[in-house]
Amino acid sequence: MNAELVTELEAPAQRTVSARLVSALGPTTALAGIVWALVQPYRVTLLHPRGETFWWLFVQPPLLVIAVGLFFHFVVVPGLLEDLEER
Amino acid sequence: MTPPSEHVHWLFATGFLLLGLCLLAEAIVGTEVWRRRAWRAYLWPGLAFSLGVLMWPVMVFYTNSTIHMIAHGAWAQVLMLGGAMELGIVRGKLRSDWWRLGMTAAFLVSGTALLVHEQNPWLFQRSAFLHHLLGWTLIVGAVFPLLRCIRPRSQAVATGFALTLVLTAVYLYSDRDVAPVFGHISPLAGTPRR
Repeated sequence: MNAELVTELEAPAQRTVSARLVSALGPTTALAGIVWALVQPYRVTLLHPRGETFWWLFVQPPLLVIAVGLFFHFVVVPGLLEDLEER
Repeated sequence: MTPPSEHVHWLFATGFLLLGLCLLAEAIVGTEVWRRRAWRAYLWPGLAFSLGVLMWPVMVFYTNSTIHMIAHGAWAQVLMLGGAMELGIVRGKLRSDWWRLGMTAAFLVSGTALLVHEQNPWLFQRSAFLHHLLGWTLIVGAVFPLLRCIRPRSQAVATGFALTLVLTAVYLYSDRDVAPVFGHISPLAGTPRR
């Protein structure tokens, strides 16, 4: 087989792997946050607010991890996939 | 009205996690694709610079000793410096890859500051353990930004750089003001909060 043809075949495969990896980053991060919330529900003070002050209600680590995962997936990834496809 | 210091660690962890994810994505798709959109190219260097700026209020409001003030001030400066140099590279104003040494300096100074300002031993309690761990992680992890100067296109180096920041985020999320570590807590540390 001509080496150029092999290269042409390998390039889309590489792009597919990259696209899948990038697409998995956000959901994996969000899933890690969900698992954390299930393992340590007391870290999510919204589930059992008992006179908590502002910062205890505003900063809840598992929810922050989920938020980062969702932000990355819905804001950063779509454009990145488009650009990867156009390359 | 200032948040407890553990909340500050968690907020910074969120910034570092986003920073790590952006760098991981750049390592996967390659710098050429990552920089196709201007806002994306500036995203992580801008985030690093912003984290440096946000370290200044930490220095002002969480100064319980001179060593804390110096450590937080040094972090603020080197994070801003590292972020600014990466911004300069993205903008094209700085052309040499050796400008990436700014981020290497940020890692080394931050790691040293973490080790110096934590005056309790490793197993005093969790935050002491994490400060020691973070310090050594950043000092060892400084090899990645250093290697980026030499091999800027290496995917392995870029991935190592990104994962160091993700690991930093995990450590920061694990921080508590008073909590045991591996079952150890000094009676001098206080009463742990769940």
